[in-house]
Amino acid sequence: MPRKLARRILPHPLLTVLLVVSWCLLQNHVSLGTVVFGLILGLLIPGFIAPYWPDRPHMKKPHLLPGYVLLVIWDIIVANCIVAYIVLFKSNASLQPAWVLVPLDVKTPEAISMLAGTITLTPGTVSADLSDEGHALLVHALDAPDPDAVRDDIKNRYERRLKEIFE
Amino acid sequence: MTMDLIIEAIVALCIVIGGVFTLVGSIGLIKLNRPMPRLHAPTKASTLGVGAILIASMLLSFWRGEGSLHELLITGFLFVTAPISALFIAKVHLHRGEMAQDPPPPPMDDVWATLDTPPEDLEAGRPDQPSATPAE
Repeated sequence: MPRKLARRILPHPLLTVLLVVSWCLLQNHVSLGTVVFGLILGLLIPGFIAPYWPDRPHMKKPHLLPGYVLLVIWDIIVANCIVAYIVLFKSNASLQPAWVLVPLDVKTPEAISMLAGTITLTPGTVSADLSDEGHALLVHALDAPDPDAVRDDIKNRYERRLKEIFE
Repeated sequence: MTMDLIIEAIVALCIVIGGVFTLVGSIGLIKLNRPMPRLHAPTKASTLGVGAILIASMLLSFWRGEGSLHELLITGFLFVTAPISALFIAKVHLHRGEMAQDPPPPPMDDVWATLDTPPEDLEAGRPDQPSATPAE
């Protein structure tokens, strides 16, 4: 019973934390007032949207998330340098753009959207579409002489970690 | 005094890096000659460009003792929204089918979600295509 009550008041505990933190960041200073008002928002908003988001993501290992974010930030820096090099020094004719098909092992929509976002932000790849039943991603690579290597890289580097975090 | 100089040098360096990457993003937009590759330059080069400028802004505000963390929020929103705009531009290209190579069919399932037109819409005919059954 107490568990059920806690679930009613806090349908998305992580979302509540996120809302409090972003409210304090928006106010640009931390005081009792901003934290309390952030907490009010953090309790009201998840309550209002709970009916529209019934299957909330159950993160199995949320403590792995910061490591994932750091890895992605590092990859974004590397990706930027690679893309800058390609743009500045490679001729259009020598570019080998390719479509890459990525069969998905992750099933939760939240994990898939995080994977798609990561792919767009990192080395020379943009996620373009999802198959109609959500079992494969269509990815476009800017310069991929070997599309299979790109696919394996995405699966081993990002999807494996996301699967660990979400499922 | 020397600390002032060091911080200012770092801030200046960050601004220059940010400017260079933003510029490269814009150059890529002009230089790449096909629609899908063209999508890559602005989505990536500009994230680091904006990121470096935001780091510079944050560093300077903390050095002057009026610490500001707005920039973290801007970075967060940027990382959440940039992939979405890229996805929508990609979807437009898929719809128009003006690419050098059409995407291969998905390994499982039937079609890509963008091209999955419901049968009743196909029957009704889209405005840009002649309808299958001519209207009375």
